[in-house]
Amino acid sequence: MPNPTRIEINCETGVESIIELTDAEVAELTYQAELAAEKKAEEDAKASAEAEAKASAQAKLAALGLTAEEIAALSK
Amino acid sequence: MPNTFELIASSTVGAGGTSAITFSSIASTWTDLVLKFSLRTDASLGQDNVKLYINGGTANQYLTTKDVRGNGSAASSASEVMVINGNTATSNTFGNGEIYLPNYAGSTNKSMSADSVSENNATTAFTFLNALLWSQTSAITSIAIGSATGNLMQYSTAYLYGVKNA
Repeated sequence: MPNPTRIEINCETGVESIIELTDAEVAELTYQAELAAEKKAEEDAKASAEAEAKASAQAKLAALGLTAEEIAALSK
Repeated sequence: MPNTFELIASSTVGAGGTSAITFSSIASTWTDLVLKFSLRTDASLGQDNVKLYINGGTANQYLTTKDVRGNGSAASSASEVMVINGNTATSNTFGNGEIYLPNYAGSTNKSMSADSVSENNATTAFTFLNALLWSQTSAITSIAIGSATGNLMQYSTAYLYGVKNA
């Protein structure tokens, strides 16, 4: 199976070339993709935890008797 | 205020996709550069991110960024380089954006700004505003744009414009 390619446009000549990546470039791409996936998973987990904490706090405030409008006003 | 805007080169990804679109041998003729893009990647994600390769460097080399992002209900901030569509976004939709590179041929570090959006006929879509810094003093003569986690799909496009103040 051939390696992925990249497109290169020479801005002086206008010539567009399709170049097959070297094995080293493919390895680098794979590594970068793994890093990006890990970082995204961490950010998604953080965002999810923050959303859960917010919902939990709002539920506790509601249990104390605050109205939805009062709770919303606290976060402005 | 720059008063010219000239297309330098453009590219549309063909069948089979590609890892990146590179604009090389960029002359120092213009004052600023603008890179406009419409991209969809084959990553199994609703939203993917961009990788930039400047002057033949590795992905995001010497590049730092801060983004502020929103999805219509909440805003947050992180350090991802722009947002584009992954392959679980609504079919045939693409993420769009623009990078502005002022004084790209100068001899100081290069600051840039970018805006980008993912498009999705569903509840989740994002808009990003990015401030970027490429910490190198050489003139930018080559810039490539690719995906953080996959390959660019067919019909993705990139357009490089030169802006001149005279």
